[in-house]
Amino acid sequence: MKPFTYERARTPAAAAAALAATPGAKLIAGGTNLLDLMKLQIETPTHVVDINRLGLDQIEEVAGNGVRIGALVRNTDLAAHPRVRKDYAVLSRALLAGASGQLRNKATTAGNLLQRTRCPYFYDPTKPCNKRQPGSGCSAIGGFDRNLAIMGTSDQCIATHPSDMAVAMRVLDASVETVRADGSRRSIPIADFHRLPGTTPQVETALARDEMITSVVLPAPLGGRHYYRKVRDRASYAFALISVAAVIQPDGRGRYAYGGLAHKPWRVEAAEAQPDAKSIVRATLDGARTSAHNAFKPLLVERTLASVMAQARSQA
Amino acid sequence: MKTQTSPALEVRRRSLLAGGVASAAGSLVPMSVQAQPASVPNPASPPASGLMPVSLKVNGRSHALDLDPRTTLLDALREHLHLTGSKKGCDHGQCGACTVLVNGRRINSCLSLAAMHDGDEVTTIEGLGTPGKLHPMQAAFVKHDGFQCGYCTPGQICSAVGTLQEIRAGIPSHVSVDVTAIQKVTPEEIRERMSGNLCRCGAYANMLDAIQEVAGGQA
Repeated sequence: MKPFTYERARTPAAAAAALAATPGAKLIAGGTNLLDLMKLQIETPTHVVDINRLGLDQIEEVAGNGVRIGALVRNTDLAAHPRVRKDYAVLSRALLAGASGQLRNKATTAGNLLQRTRCPYFYDPTKPCNKRQPGSGCSAIGGFDRNLAIMGTSDQCIATHPSDMAVAMRVLDASVETVRADGSRRSIPIADFHRLPGTTPQVETALARDEMITSVVLPAPLGGRHYYRKVRDRASYAFALISVAAVIQPDGRGRYAYGGLAHKPWRVEAAEAQPDAKSIVRATLDGARTSAHNAFKPLLVERTLASVMAQARSQA
Repeated sequence: MKTQTSPALEVRRRSLLAGGVASAAGSLVPMSVQAQPASVPNPASPPASGLMPVSLKVNGRSHALDLDPRTTLLDALREHLHLTGSKKGCDHGQCGACTVLVNGRRINSCLSLAAMHDGDEVTTIEGLGTPGKLHPMQAAFVKHDGFQCGYCTPGQICSAVGTLQEIRAGIPSHVSVDVTAIQKVTPEEIRERMSGNLCRCGAYANMLDAIQEVAGGQA
């Protein structure tokens, strides 16, 4: 790791202020992604701000029967929380489908949203990557792109967002609450939180440089049956080839979000009224850009969605 | 990838490997190792940006350390406290060989800075049991031959202890059919929950027997 200075923040606003004061500063919570990248010198912060003692580790009820999840709630605790298991099971299931027990015990809600892509070229400092080194080019386009994005891609980047949790939050229409160095706060809909790569794939979220996530709010429960179906190369502890988060009502109406397809959780609400999996996926994946290695993805999404919808019908 | 491994450690590691079958007892560290001085400065990695005071309670003993901020919890345990039972496998959270219990929960000690754990209680393989008084999970791994080379074993055992605690605490898993239900200790649950610990020798079947035996004894 490159040398860095280290401080423990006392308040969320102070943590944001530390980001503002020191170019090259990074927040650390669980550290499960950041330290991995620092050891590879893909992330080289000059100053690390430890936010683990800010007390943002609570899950509380909010007006309107929703839930506020502190930024530092660990993935294990979020997945196991009685309210989440009962009313937002898609979120529990998505969290439990990701990483390992050890990592979930450490990884946080905010850190999960902010984790970096697992594109193999982003992880290989000997190869050009516009996300790691803007302007250097994209090695993934025309390279080994079997597990990379087919939706919302650009000529600069075809990376995917690796989170399972975020896909569930997208289907639940969560919002991300933040604070800035000046103490100002805002709430960002999850749909607008992650960006598509465009010409600036190094800019991955809507956060300003001095902005810190304090919590994530889930709106009132949707009811219905909750599914998170993840398809991957091994049965556990692997990133998704594709995944489907679904909340399906007894009358068949459903909400569907997808992982493994894009630089952000992918959801097309207008497609959800279609009558069957084939037509939903055709409308959802309109404009897909596939390659020889990942041309299997649209059909895999369709079959996975069809399987989830069939399960919902059988349980209705 | 750069590591902070000292030349002295490399020598120790080579001599350990040369010891052949002795490496299988990597989880059974002699008591004398625990009797090291509380704080051992590491001259091989001079601080580049000031030392951090960090206090850790490891296996019941308090230690006050002054560490380079880059020091991971794993390196603090191995290089500074000389508790070499916790192993550095991949150093990237992929293999689980570095698994320890922090405040009772299993984590990858390679993916945590020691400074983030100021005041925390850490249990390593050396603290679970001793050669004369093995933890039930250690005894079950020996009984069921739950290892071959032994390198992943300390992490496997710490993770197995954490796994059974998590099931008892009612934490669901990916293979739990109903996430709202009480979880049972089934082979499927154990396999899923232990997936963060790799064993290149492939001793999984015997580890599963060992963990099931301990779980049965606790039921």
